[in-house]
Amino acid sequence: MATSFQSVLQNLRETKVWKSIFRRGPANTNRTRSLAVFGNLFLHWLPVKVREKSLRVRASYYLGSISFLLFIVLFVTGILLMFYYHPATPHAYRDMKDLRFVVSNGVFLRNLHRLAAHLMVFAVFWHMFHVFYRGGYKPPHEFNWVIGVVLLLITLFLSYTGYLLPWDQLAFWAVTVGTNIISAMPFVGDKIRFLLLGGNIVGENALLRFYVLHVVILPLVAFLLIGIHFWRVQKDGGLTVKPKDDDGKE
Amino acid sequence: MEKNKIETGLSSDAKKEPRRVVFVTKKASAKVVGEPGPQLMTYPHLLIREAIAFQVLVIAMVLVALLWDAPLEQLANPLLTPNPAKAPWYFLGLQELLHFFPPFVAGILIPTLVVIALVVIPYFNVNVEGEAIWSRPAQNLRIVLVTVFLLLAFLAVFHAWTIFLPTALVAALLLFSYTARAGENGLLQALARKPVSWWVMTWFIAVALCLTVVGTFFRGPGWSWVWPWRTHVG
Repeated sequence: MATSFQSVLQNLRETKVWKSIFRRGPANTNRTRSLAVFGNLFLHWLPVKVREKSLRVRASYYLGSISFLLFIVLFVTGILLMFYYHPATPHAYRDMKDLRFVVSNGVFLRNLHRLAAHLMVFAVFWHMFHVFYRGGYKPPHEFNWVIGVVLLLITLFLSYTGYLLPWDQLAFWAVTVGTNIISAMPFVGDKIRFLLLGGNIVGENALLRFYVLHVVILPLVAFLLIGIHFWRVQKDGGLTVKPKDDDGKE
Repeated sequence: MEKNKIETGLSSDAKKEPRRVVFVTKKASAKVVGEPGPQLMTYPHLLIREAIAFQVLVIAMVLVALLWDAPLEQLANPLLTPNPAKAPWYFLGLQELLHFFPPFVAGILIPTLVVIALVVIPYFNVNVEGEAIWSRPAQNLRIVLVTVFLLLAFLAVFHAWTIFLPTALVAALLLFSYTARAGENGLLQALARKPVSWWVMTWFIAVALCLTVVGTFFRGPGWSWVWPWRTHVG
């Protein structure tokens, strides 16, 4: 069974159509394996070859990849949620009720989005601390560390803007508490708060602004920076392998 | 290496022998530190690992999402302030700070300094070699003792006990590692070989973790101390 499936797959890979889609035949030599990576738009930011040591779980716990996966999960579930959501009061709250009681699997969709959001904040923090302890910020990775810090802030801001959208007591007061802190900024605090909320209190304008930030502006910036972040990992020579990792094997 | 690993290098269909066309010196920007060691092809070795990690994670998340419902409270009401009004968990460390320090210090100054500190880490080119904190024991012990004493005194003045505790714990660990630095190989000896930056980051994480946990689970009405396992009238 397994062999016949493999031979079918093998034959499929030799066909003209397969080659036209993937720009190559079967990846059975190192040249075609390289092509499989840099000839593919979605993989081309990866290096063609990686250090064996950097593949070990201990080297990264795959935290960067996991953060990215969570971002993709959030992107997909977020788009599906947008079909059922009006960024206006009090419709926003009614839409939450609809997700629970009317929409098929609506509550599952919202659960998954919320879970992935919390996990992403957690994963990104852990990723940063892990990279620090590995010395992954050292030359030539300095600038990629800085991009990573910005991505952490964007992750926090994405999560925070999303927190307001259900428009329940939890959302309203969490955002009220948070945005009140901005007022403590000298001179410009109140102005920045006004800009963010579109008013002096957390109201309908604030909901709309947080919505636009949450679904358009911040995801776009995040996507761009994630692209640069990945690309720089490759350009800067891959994951940092500590001398200690050399113990034993060689 | 084992047999099923697809190693890098020339294979049967290479077009021709590669030859060096340029020599990148150390002064050039494209430098890669350290010996590369054995390498493997990204396709399939990295991709299969990531695919497995992704699948495990997605299955786990779907299971949790099926069983655990996201909270939804009453419709937002500006006239009804819950007590306590809490921010999302990742900002509760900040909210706990606000309990001890004025809003400008806790809400603006400290977060700004933390972000700046994080950004400059790689450009802060002291001790690139990662020299151990106790490589100069006598001199550094004095500095450590004075710093720890001043810090703890400052925190005590502000009654910031939820910062005081993790700070004291990390300081105690640091001083234990000093007394054990010359001993046989063990955990304390490994700690004694850590550089200053390691200790600062560990202290930061300990404080951030303590503040976040306390803010999330141990704070009730009026930001008073509550025990999470005791039900209270909110």
